[in-house]
Amino acid sequence: MSTSLRIDNARLADGTAINLLARDGLIQAMGAEPVTGSAETVIDASGLTLLPGFVDLCCNLREPGNGQKGNIASETRAAARGGFTTVCASPDTSPVNDSGAVTNLIRDVARSSAAIRVLPVGAATRGLAGELLSDMVGLSNAGCVAFSNGTRAMANARILRRCMAYARTFDLTLMLQPLNDALAADGYAHDGKVAAHLGLLGVPEVAETASVMEMLLLAEETGVRLHLGQLSCARSVEMVADARQRGVSVTADVAMHQLVFTEEALSGFDSRYHVLPPLRTEADRKALLKGVEAGVIDAIVSQHQPHDSAAKQAPLGVTEPGMSTIESVFSMGLGLVQQGELSLAALLRALTAGPAGVVGAVSELKQGGEASLSLWDLEGQWHATPGNIQSRGAHVPVPGRPLSGVPHWTVAEGRVVYRLD
Amino acid sequence: MTDQLASSLSAHDMASRNLQLTSDGQLRHFITLDGLDRAMLTDILDTADSFIEVGERTIKKVPLLRGRTVVNLFFESSTRTRSTFELAAKRLSADVLNLDINTSATSKGESLSDTLLNLEAMASDMFVVRHSQSGAPHFIAESVTPGVAIINAGDGRHAHPTQAMLDMLTIRQNKQRFEGLRVAIVGDILHSRVARSQVRALQTLGAEEVRLIAPGTLLPADVDSLGCTVEYDMRKGMADLDVVIMLRLQKERMEGALLPSEREFYRLYGLDTEKLALAKPGCIVMHPGPINRGVEIESAVADGPQSVILNQVTNGIAIRMAVMSMAMSGQVAERASRSRQQEGE
Repeated sequence: MSTSLRIDNARLADGTAINLLARDGLIQAMGAEPVTGSAETVIDASGLTLLPGFVDLCCNLREPGNGQKGNIASETRAAARGGFTTVCASPDTSPVNDSGAVTNLIRDVARSSAAIRVLPVGAATRGLAGELLSDMVGLSNAGCVAFSNGTRAMANARILRRCMAYARTFDLTLMLQPLNDALAADGYAHDGKVAAHLGLLGVPEVAETASVMEMLLLAEETGVRLHLGQLSCARSVEMVADARQRGVSVTADVAMHQLVFTEEALSGFDSRYHVLPPLRTEADRKALLKGVEAGVIDAIVSQHQPHDSAAKQAPLGVTEPGMSTIESVFSMGLGLVQQGELSLAALLRALTAGPAGVVGAVSELKQGGEASLSLWDLEGQWHATPGNIQSRGAHVPVPGRPLSGVPHWTVAEGRVVYRLD
Repeated sequence: MTDQLASSLSAHDMASRNLQLTSDGQLRHFITLDGLDRAMLTDILDTADSFIEVGERTIKKVPLLRGRTVVNLFFESSTRTRSTFELAAKRLSADVLNLDINTSATSKGESLSDTLLNLEAMASDMFVVRHSQSGAPHFIAESVTPGVAIINAGDGRHAHPTQAMLDMLTIRQNKQRFEGLRVAIVGDILHSRVARSQVRALQTLGAEEVRLIAPGTLLPADVDSLGCTVEYDMRKGMADLDVVIMLRLQKERMEGALLPSEREFYRLYGLDTEKLALAKPGCIVMHPGPINRGVEIESAVADGPQSVILNQVTNGIAIRMAVMSMAMSGQVAERASRSRQQEGE
């Protein structure tokens, strides 16, 4: 069955005119001149900006096992609305994605119900317990594009070193969130002035930086391809830049909310902003933005973690971390661009080519390439409210304030997967 | 950066103020001292003063909370604090229900939200809340139906505002005013909700200096942001003090490698006669209790002429009567204005 789609009168981010014809998921023609040829779907994109489909390296789809928080269908619809056409599904599902059977299940459900492409990320250790290696090669054969330990640390440096050495043998990518468990202990807030003032249990900066240092040294020794996920500290950015200069094969990402908020967000005990790693200081936020601008940080991720209301309806310290972010990511980024804190080029790179490079996905729009893209009214504004988002998770990062940039259409592999009503 | 810090903290204060005060500035919850100004704290102290006299009568009751139901909602056990709240509520003629939740609902897996919904069905007028999590009374105040007053009886490491206010009452009785006073808080500041509230109360009431005396392991990470002076050496830290407040040390601190031993702690930070002699001659000694004699304070000091520890207990009932009656009258005023509004519509 053939599908075809034509987009007329759009503009690229740099303002140049663009028209595009896609057939069977591939771009058949594109250019500044109008393209001819009939198509089943014709979009008049006057006033809209055409962007390549975004790629998310860290997204919790909650399936299998957590249907009360979301599922592959609901959360990929949310991703599509956010302009994403590829998401990496984190392994911390229930059961954990530590066997080929779970990977196959995710891929089967995704084939029948996902709006966009789902790339499973396998668990690096069995049950994410950080003690025994998972069958990484088997998982890779089943379709896992990288291996992560979710938000959990390895039991010790010896396991971490062996995990890296094993992954290196088979040229597999490790995507690890740096965290020293013993230093983080039971913390849930940055160990800074807000924690001092409100008596919150702190996660010190060194809980991340000590782990970044350890991971970089071990990556250097083993030669593994390492991706550091969700950095939150200025020092981490420095260390990654230094390691790269020494030739260590390391890439990194940051969650969009780390670029927008600081520890101050917790000053009213608002459990919405309970995230891990915690929101840190203004100096950290600025350094992370610089890291993205300079390309030291390759990708901005959503770290989408939809929750049911009960998960957040409790005193701060006993709530679950994470927000439902994926629909707001690009708008938050555009807000940073409008405030002059980030260039549009860096934002787009960190949502497309940057993350695509880490997992070997495509994001570039070119003749003969995949027709995965979105069309935005960059001047428009919208409000993220529980009633008008696609995600099951109601805890959006920016409630009550207008967000910049309204998505009108998202096209994944030539199919319309989101359109504004 | 400092401007931003000031503006953000005042945003927090504003939020705390809005949560705790009615639109015309009356107390309706008492959760934290953040956002309450000097006039409000002075009002609480003055009201408490007027209740001290009630405790000296043969019939120790006033009818301010007659017909009201006060629920003592203790998610963390405490005999002393709960008893003083109970006594305070009874002296205000309220009906009192004591619920020790840590041994009932939550251990059966019921969420705090569900527990609250059930309690609201009992038509209570006031919850006195103690909880091991910082921010729990804040969460409860935001989730209960309007009209129910929340009084914080201690939450996690965050705040214990009635304890701090009874300490302020004790200081005022002994020193008459806060201007010019140098006050030290000694010991486990990191884990202490009492210390956090005392710091705030002293700053709001105009003390000259609040000094924190502790080893680095018992101070919060960004201690400078609290606006106090910090002293590691207690002997130096005793200089010029008008008031010294000792905090209770929990035994668990040794297990967490925060301290080597009780003996070493007592030698360095315990208040003994010799260290007390380094303070001003009239320096008063306070302790929120229960006291670990020989761990944070020498018996001779705790029972000595400069100790006001027992006044603190008496004042506790008066302060709790004050905030309970003030919060209740704020809620009543707010209910009246809500029903006027509804009639207007």
